[in-house]
Amino acid sequence: MIGIWGIRIFMSAIGLVLAAPLVVIAGVAVNEGRVLYFPPRGFNLQWFADILRDDGWSGALLNSVSIALLSATLAVSIALPLAYFLWRWRVRYAAALYTLGTAPFVLPPVISALGFLAFWATVGFYGDFVTVVISHAIFFVTLPMVTITLGFQSIDRGLVEAAATMGATPGQIFRSVIFPLVRPYIVSGFAFAFVLSLNEYIVAYMVAGFTVETLPIKIFNSLRYGYTPVMAAVAVVFVAVALLVFGLVARFGNLPRLLGALQGQDR
Amino acid sequence: MSSLASGARPKTLGDHAPVLYPALMLLVFFVVPFGIMVTVSFFQRVPGGFYDPSFTFDNYARFLSAFFGNVLGFSLGLSALAAAICVGLGFPFTYLLTRLERRRQIVWLVFLLSVLSLSEVIVGFAWSTLLSRSAGLSNLLVAVGLLEQPESWSPGFAALLIGMCYLAFPYTVLLLYPTLVRLDRELVEAAMTMGASPLRAFFTVVVGASRNAILSGLILAFVFTLGIYLLPQLLGRPQHWTISVMITDQAVLQSNLPFGAAMAIFLMLVSLALVGLTLLLGRRKAAA
Repeated sequence: MIGIWGIRIFMSAIGLVLAAPLVVIAGVAVNEGRVLYFPPRGFNLQWFADILRDDGWSGALLNSVSIALLSATLAVSIALPLAYFLWRWRVRYAAALYTLGTAPFVLPPVISALGFLAFWATVGFYGDFVTVVISHAIFFVTLPMVTITLGFQSIDRGLVEAAATMGATPGQIFRSVIFPLVRPYIVSGFAFAFVLSLNEYIVAYMVAGFTVETLPIKIFNSLRYGYTPVMAAVAVVFVAVALLVFGLVARFGNLPRLLGALQGQDR
Repeated sequence: MSSLASGARPKTLGDHAPVLYPALMLLVFFVVPFGIMVTVSFFQRVPGGFYDPSFTFDNYARFLSAFFGNVLGFSLGLSALAAAICVGLGFPFTYLLTRLERRRQIVWLVFLLSVLSLSEVIVGFAWSTLLSRSAGLSNLLVAVGLLEQPESWSPGFAALLIGMCYLAFPYTVLLLYPTLVRLDRELVEAAMTMGASPLRAFFTVVVGASRNAILSGLILAFVFTLGIYLLPQLLGRPQHWTISVMITDQAVLQSNLPFGAAMAIFLMLVSLALVGLTLLLGRRKAAA
C-alpha cells in the first residue's frame, strides 16, 4: 500500500533533486572568498555586483539580453503572420511551412547549429551580432508559432462573423477583435523564446562563438580557468529570470492549456 | 466581400501576401542552411580553410572506423539509459502531477519550465559543484557520519548520467503532460470500484491507456539526450564524449566542417527515423 504519504515522498524527492543544484549554486554565490564552499563561508553579495562591474561580464550580459529581445521579436514577427494565414485560409503549403518551423525544436540542436554555421560561413556573415539574432529567431520560431496558433484556434468565430455582419472591414476586425484575443498568446510565445534564447549556447557558439560573447558562452569559456562565485551569481540570475517570466506567463495566461497543447491537437 | 471564416481557399494574390515574409525567412534561413550542410558533407576538407567543392563519400566512410563506432555505440547506450530513467520516473510523476489541484499544478509547471530553460552550461556547472569535494553532497554525508571524508564524484559516468537525466526530465514530463492531463479520470475510478488497488489500477489502466505516449516519450527523450553536447565535457571524462561532442569538436575546433556535417546528417537521419516512428505510432493510435 503506497498511499498518500508514498505519493508525497515521491513527489518531494523529485522536487528535491530538481532544486538541489539550484540551491547549491545560490549558496556558493554568496561566499566571502573566491573558493566555492557549500555551505558558504561568510556572506557577501559583491559577486552579483561584479556581473555589472566587470567589463567582460557586463558586456556578455548586454549581448545576451539584446540578442534575446531582438530574436524573440523577430521570431514573433515570423510566427504571427504564418499562424494568422493558417487560421484564416486552408492551404496545404502553409501547413508544410508550419511543420518546417517546428523542425529545429524536434531535432537535436547541434544539427541546426551546424546548418547555421555552414550557411553563415558560406554567405559570409559568420561572427556577426545580427547572425546570432537571426539564427536564434529561426531556431526558436517554434515557440511563438505553437502558442499563437493556439491563440487563433481559441477565437470564437461567431464573434468575428458578428463584427463582419455589422460592417467592420477585415482590417478593423483584426485590430479590434482578433488581435486583442490573440495578444496574451503572442506575449507568452515571446516570453518562451526570450528565456530560451538567453540560455542558448550551441547555436550562438557555432555562428559567432569567438566574436560575440553571450553569458552562457562566457561562463563556459571561464570554466576552463576555474570556477568563480561570479559564475554562480550569473546562474542564480538566470534561474530568477526564468522563474519570474514563467511565473508571469502563468499569472496572466493559461499555462496548463498552453502546455497541454504543445503536442498533437493542432494538427 | 471577404469573410473571415476559415476553410476557404485564398483567391487573389493579395490573400497570399501575409505568408510571403514568414515563408521567405524560413526558406532562406532554414532550408538553405540545411541544403548547404548536406552539400558540404560531400566536400573535401581543405587544411586551413573551410572546404573545397568536390564529391566524396570519404566523410561518411570515416564512421566505419573503430573509434567513431565506439563513440556512436557509447552515445546510443547512454541516451537509451537516460531515456529509460526519465520516462520511468517521469511517467508516474506526470500522472500524479495531473491529479493535483490546479494551483499546485501551475507552481510545478513554472518550476519545471524554469529548469527546462536552463542552459547546459549552467546545469553542468551546478551539478559539478554539487558533486565536488568542497561544496558537494559528500560534505553532507560526512556531517551525518556516513562518510569518512569528502569525496569528489565528478567527472565520471554517474555524474554525466545524472546531469543528462536532469536536463531531459522536465522535457519528458512536459511531453507526457498533454496525454495524461486528458486521460479520463473515470477509467481509474471504475477500475478501483471493481476492486483493483490504486497501484494495480495505475499499472493496468493508466499505463495501458498511455502505451503510445510512453513509447513516444522514450523516443523523444532518447533523441533529446543524443543532442546533449556540453555535459560530457563538463561532467564526463574524454572516454565519455558523445557523438554531439565530436560534431562540435570537428566543426569548430578541428575546422573540419565536411566531416562535422556528415556526422550531423547521420545523427539527423537517426533522429528523423525515430521521430517518424513516433508519428506512425500516434497515427495507429488515432486509427484504433
